[in-house]
Amino acid sequence: MGALLFEMSPAEWEAVSLSLKVGLWSTLLSLPLGFCLAYVLARVHFPLKSLLSGFVYMPLVLPPVVTGLILLLLFGTRGPIGGFLQDTLGIVIAFKWEGAALAAAIMGLPLMVRAMRLSIEAVDQRLEVAARTLGAGWWWSFLTVTLPLSLPGIIAGAILSFAKSFGEFGATITFVSNIPGETRTLPIAIYSFLQAPGGEGPAIRLAVLSVAVSMVAIIGSEWMERRIVNRAKA
Amino acid sequence: MSFDVDIEARRGDFTITAAFQVAPGLTALFGPSGAGKTSILNMIAGVVTPSQGRIAVDGHVLFDSAAKVDLKPNHRRVGYIFQDARLFPHMSVEANLLYGHKLTDGAARYAAPDHVIELLGIAELLDRRPASLSGGEQQRVAIGRAILSSPRLLLMDEPLASLDDARKQEILPYIERLRDDVKIPILYVTHARAEVDRLAGAVITLEKGRVASVK
Repeated sequence: MGALLFEMSPAEWEAVSLSLKVGLWSTLLSLPLGFCLAYVLARVHFPLKSLLSGFVYMPLVLPPVVTGLILLLLFGTRGPIGGFLQDTLGIVIAFKWEGAALAAAIMGLPLMVRAMRLSIEAVDQRLEVAARTLGAGWWWSFLTVTLPLSLPGIIAGAILSFAKSFGEFGATITFVSNIPGETRTLPIAIYSFLQAPGGEGPAIRLAVLSVAVSMVAIIGSEWMERRIVNRAKA
Repeated sequence: MSFDVDIEARRGDFTITAAFQVAPGLTALFGPSGAGKTSILNMIAGVVTPSQGRIAVDGHVLFDSAAKVDLKPNHRRVGYIFQDARLFPHMSVEANLLYGHKLTDGAARYAAPDHVIELLGIAELLDRRPASLSGGEQQRVAIGRAILSSPRLLLMDEPLASLDDARKQEILPYIERLRDDVKIPILYVTHARAEVDRLAGAVITLEKGRVASVK
């Protein structure tokens, strides 16, 4: 692994660091939204709830190129949201790394929400009732009972979202294209290397790195999920 | 100190109508399963809302449908000990005990941690996690936790029902000491005659959602 990293060219490093940046930002961006969605799906009952979960989980089954196309139509400079952002705030995210982070966040959201939802559902609501009778308001009971008890799922969800974002390909390349240093993340760099003669070496190096990151993420999130199960038993 | 309950609640085709008064000391709310005992405790604690009626402790109105008063559970200062101890699994015994104590206004606190810990014999357990305690120890900690929130009234919902006979005998003396130590009314739900005879100064018998007798 050390020798592998030692041999990496500047172009490969650029792709890896861009993927790290995109992964971190997309995870941070989706954490608050993901948790709110997970809480609502776990606890609140309302009509058309299946429609909401349908939207959240859709990127899991939709062809990624379709998700990318939808993002392009909405957030492109001529799209309703992208045009508004450009006109009022001067922000353009299409073909920028920020757009890559948005695409990655959308693609990672289902994994994040699923892990968080399971852990919130595992919290015994009778403990919250106990907290309330001891003088805790809704928020205090949420902060001191619900949140810490669902923390393993929140961490597992964040890890999965990061890993997905780190390697997201289809929606990203459709929405923000393949611009070296701006939107050429790790998987897009692998794809580009494979298009050129003699690119197998770098492609395989990046692929090995990608496998390692995914493996660590899966093991980490499984470990967190086991903690949820153990706590539910205790 | 005493408290007054006069409530009506409909649960499908089952109606609970209960009016009674509880004085300081331990009053048993006695009756077969399904008589509505736990529902009445939940309404007093503010976990379930009655259809109509009035609940007041010592002049403080907790619920009054006519005056549209319905205090949240955290504003009622009603201690609640559940059949399952419901200790917070991610906190030490000490943190559990002090959870409500810290949330109680300084002027309203009458229960001192050292005294309650001594009374219930749980000094040795303070650093432990709830999962490592026996059922009886858990229930003693739960009792301490509720008392340390300095409630105006204490509800106990079959606190011995999930324990075996040996554990019951272990806890009963502590409940007696508690009853004699605190000056607040305790409403103790049970369907066990032996517990009523041993603990209760007064008995309210409930049958099919109605008060059948008060002694």
